[in-house]
Amino acid sequence: MTDNHDHHNELAHVMPVKVLLGVFGALLVLTGATVWVATHDLGRFDLSLALIIATVKAVLVALYFMHLRYDKVFNAIVFVVGILFVILFISLAVMDTGNYQSQLLRNADHVIRYR
Amino acid sequence: MSSAADHHAEVDPAYRLAHHFESPEQQFETGKFGMWAFLVTEILFFSGLFTAYSVYRSNEADLFSYASGYLDTTLGCINTAVLILSSLTMAWAVRCAQLGQQRGLKFCLIVTLLCAGGFMGIKSVEYHHKIHNGLFPNAHFGAHEDPDGVPLHITDESGATVANPAARPAPENLRSFFGIYFCMTGLHGLHVLIGMGVIFWLYLRARRGEFGPKYFGPIDFTALYWHVVDLIWIFLFPLLYLIH
Repeated sequence: MTDNHDHHNELAHVMPVKVLLGVFGALLVLTGATVWVATHDLGRFDLSLALIIATVKAVLVALYFMHLRYDKVFNAIVFVVGILFVILFISLAVMDTGNYQSQLLRNADHVIRYR
Repeated sequence: MSSAADHHAEVDPAYRLAHHFESPEQQFETGKFGMWAFLVTEILFFSGLFTAYSVYRSNEADLFSYASGYLDTTLGCINTAVLILSSLTMAWAVRCAQLGQQRGLKFCLIVTLLCAGGFMGIKSVEYHHKIHNGLFPNAHFGAHEDPDGVPLHITDESGATVANPAARPAPENLRSFFGIYFCMTGLHGLHVLIGMGVIFWLYLRARRGEFGPKYFGPIDFTALYWHVVDLIWIFLFPLLYLIH
């Protein structure tokens, strides 16, 4: 690359235009894919597939738009640990409701339900 | 040993080095780490709502499938594209600032602002339809139409209001879906509005030529925040709009 030297910054990595546009295109294609997939009934794989596509999009945004791939590893660790705690939070809550919700409903004398 | 003041006197003013930092690199990396730490708290903040969503959806799969039909997938899809475009222009704004391209920087910030405004405009059209259909979860909650637009109640010959047999009857907990919908998209929309305010402030500063290759921290950190707003929408869109 001849213009590599001009497109340099002393404080941080400069994202090439090609990469920015490539990621933008990939995000649009994946958005189309997730809408298209949703028009088909895949039973219990519906949710997992939608989440997989969303996660791929999120990883693209984080790695390239947010420069995480070229950033200090420490920032990535902070971010990923945060995500792990979110997963822990959601899984434990879902596990708990999955195990005890039916019992709660059975034991309740009257269950308040909103219309 | 030179004192901090002497040391700073040698630094090019273009770096805008604050007195409490050793070097421009340290100033930039500190700001960036601060923003990452803040973004983690933002994600944990939203995770409470995602947890509520998961718990309700795992208990009421049919309700979510029915209620999702009220949401306009086309508008949601356009909004996703608009937000992704704004993320692109924000990332490009960082590049422009890093390379000292002043016109490009101002242009990218304006396009980002316009996209954000477009997103909120489409969002308000959607909100208007929901509220008009009685789907705002307040004391007067009660859907007038089913997801296909068929009135849920009709007036029979005697003038009494009866359930419309042609409509799909609303599930009893419809309100909880819309509670979650308005909380999640509302909190996200609030973040978009705050982001717009900050980006407008950056635009005013960019017009005064405050940013350049030696000082672009505020652009970079705001871009990080803006991308997290995009990230959250990337998950909200399929989870709310695309349920079978």
